[in-house]
Amino acid sequence: MSGEAPLVSFTGVTRFYGEGGGLVRALAGVDLTINRGEFIAIMGPSGSGKSTAMNIIGCLDRPSSGSFTLLGVEVNHLSQDQRALLRRNFVGFVFQGFNLLNRTTAIENVELPLIYRGMGRRERRERAREALHRVGLQGREHHTPGELSGGQQQRVAIARAIVTDPLLLLADEPTGNLDSQRSLEIMELIARLNEERGITVVMVTHEPGMAGFAHRIIRFVDGRIASDEQRAAA
Amino acid sequence: MLWETVKLAMSSIRRNVLRSVLTLLGIVIGVGAVIAMVTLGNGASSKVQENLAKLGSNMLIVRPGQTTFGPGGSTDARSFDERDVAALKNDLSGIRGVAPTAQKQMKAVFGALNYDASVTGTNTDWFTVQDWVLEDGRVFSDSELRAGASVCVIGATITRELFAGQDPIGERLRIGNFSCEVIGRMAAKGQSAFGSDQDAIVVLPLRTYHRRIAGNTRIGAISISVTEAAAIPRVQRDAEDVLRERRRIMPGDEDDFTIRDLTQILATMASTTAILTGLLGAVAAVSLLVGGIGIMNIMLVSVTERTREIGIRLAIGALERQVLTQFLVEAVVLALFGGVLGIAIGLGLAAAGAAVMDVPFNADLKVIALAFAVSALIGVIFGFFPARRAARLDPIEALRRE
Repeated sequence: MSGEAPLVSFTGVTRFYGEGGGLVRALAGVDLTINRGEFIAIMGPSGSGKSTAMNIIGCLDRPSSGSFTLLGVEVNHLSQDQRALLRRNFVGFVFQGFNLLNRTTAIENVELPLIYRGMGRRERRERAREALHRVGLQGREHHTPGELSGGQQQRVAIARAIVTDPLLLLADEPTGNLDSQRSLEIMELIARLNEERGITVVMVTHEPGMAGFAHRIIRFVDGRIASDEQRAAA
Repeated sequence: MLWETVKLAMSSIRRNVLRSVLTLLGIVIGVGAVIAMVTLGNGASSKVQENLAKLGSNMLIVRPGQTTFGPGGSTDARSFDERDVAALKNDLSGIRGVAPTAQKQMKAVFGALNYDASVTGTNTDWFTVQDWVLEDGRVFSDSELRAGASVCVIGATITRELFAGQDPIGERLRIGNFSCEVIGRMAAKGQSAFGSDQDAIVVLPLRTYHRRIAGNTRIGAISISVTEAAAIPRVQRDAEDVLRERRRIMPGDEDDFTIRDLTQILATMASTTAILTGLLGAVAAVSLLVGGIGIMNIMLVSVTERTREIGIRLAIGALERQVLTQFLVEAVVLALFGGVLGIAIGLGLAAAGAAVMDVPFNADLKVIALAFAVSALIGVIFGFFPARRAARLDPIEALRRE
């Protein structure tokens, strides 16, 4: 983990899906650098490649060509398991649809990444409780997702993403399923995590109001970066 | 980690109890059949062993005529006489005794009571050859044998039915218009291997039987007890030679008598049981195969249903191996659940069957452990393919699934 290397670096990254006539170009040569501590919003119409870029940053996907490094590590040639280890140790995901395990309680959902790290039960419970506390869900530990509101479910998902103390929090339309009041609360929570804990946040959104929380807004059009705008910190 | 996985597996089985049980029927039936059959088979073969011991050990039975086993046979065949018995006794080595028998079903009467008895004329060797235990009194003396004295030794059933509680020794038992003094009574032997009551018996000296009961000097069968099991084939050949010579059978002609090794007959019965067990084992194996395929099917359904869950797990850093283990453990827990159910049902059936068939109930711990292990193995084998499919899912695709 060299201090010099940027957290994320794209150099001429392309990504194609399908073959022959059905070939779809999702990314058409993207250069991008993300440093630690940034709060970035990625915007763009659907099909512009922003989700593909997120998946690559999250080590869920690999570029078809070009170079993508996370913490200076070239990810292109890593196996699925090696990428899983990167995700496990450095990346937290928050999805639009929350993606919680419906049959397990809030605290069990939050514990899940720690189980895969092989952490002992007691320490796991402790850290999961602390993470839920941090997102304002104390007292809801033993509710299942079905017993929680959308905003609360997204808080559980955020707790699950930050319970491992990741460097990078990836949020794919985190407020897409929430009303405006809950959306603001979630955005404030994410901004606070960025500010207070120094977690780098990369968020895909198409709501300008939500993007307003970020310090840097990157717009994708047709698989390329159309604009990359630094904003004064609010 | 493993315990978490087991708990997870249990909860996913609980969620679909009916589906799980239906899936497991194949394994339940397979394991149940094996357990029931092996347990019953053990009981049956230990009963055969017991009967073997009751029959008297290492026994050859010589009968006149080329008959198949059992009563009847050709009546025109020359029967044996006392000189044949004497010749066998003199010429054979390595034997414990030679006992001629002649037998007839007759009513034995004492006071107002009567009972159907197998009235048997024989010599004192017979008690040794047939492994009878004398409970009270004595057996025939040589002079009683020679003189054809009116004395008899009775079996436990006769003692019970005719002398209820009374000491039979010294009493006179009537058979037809002949009566004999009871000089001994024997301990119970129970049913023969062929299901008849061996204890409903009245034993007379052979000459007494010939003169007072049969009115001829025919000997129906000769039992030869061999000292060592290994010597049975040799004694059988020697006895054949002796009898062929005495009955003047030309070389190349067929024997007009039959020598049978009773232990062989029981061994045949036991091997019949073994064949039956083997057949049912084959049925069970097919059933287990079907059960395994059922597990594979349900696990594939489960993987499909839970694609999104798998995607989530992979996204938050589960390794392929960890997802594989989770689904493999689920399959094994499912299979073990079926196995335990099958073992319980099999033991229940075996207990019921043992009661009905009147054989001992011998639950074999080794077989139960084996059934348990086989169930687990089926879970591993048939759970592997679905589990690998789960582990190799593409997390992006999996997360996209609704």
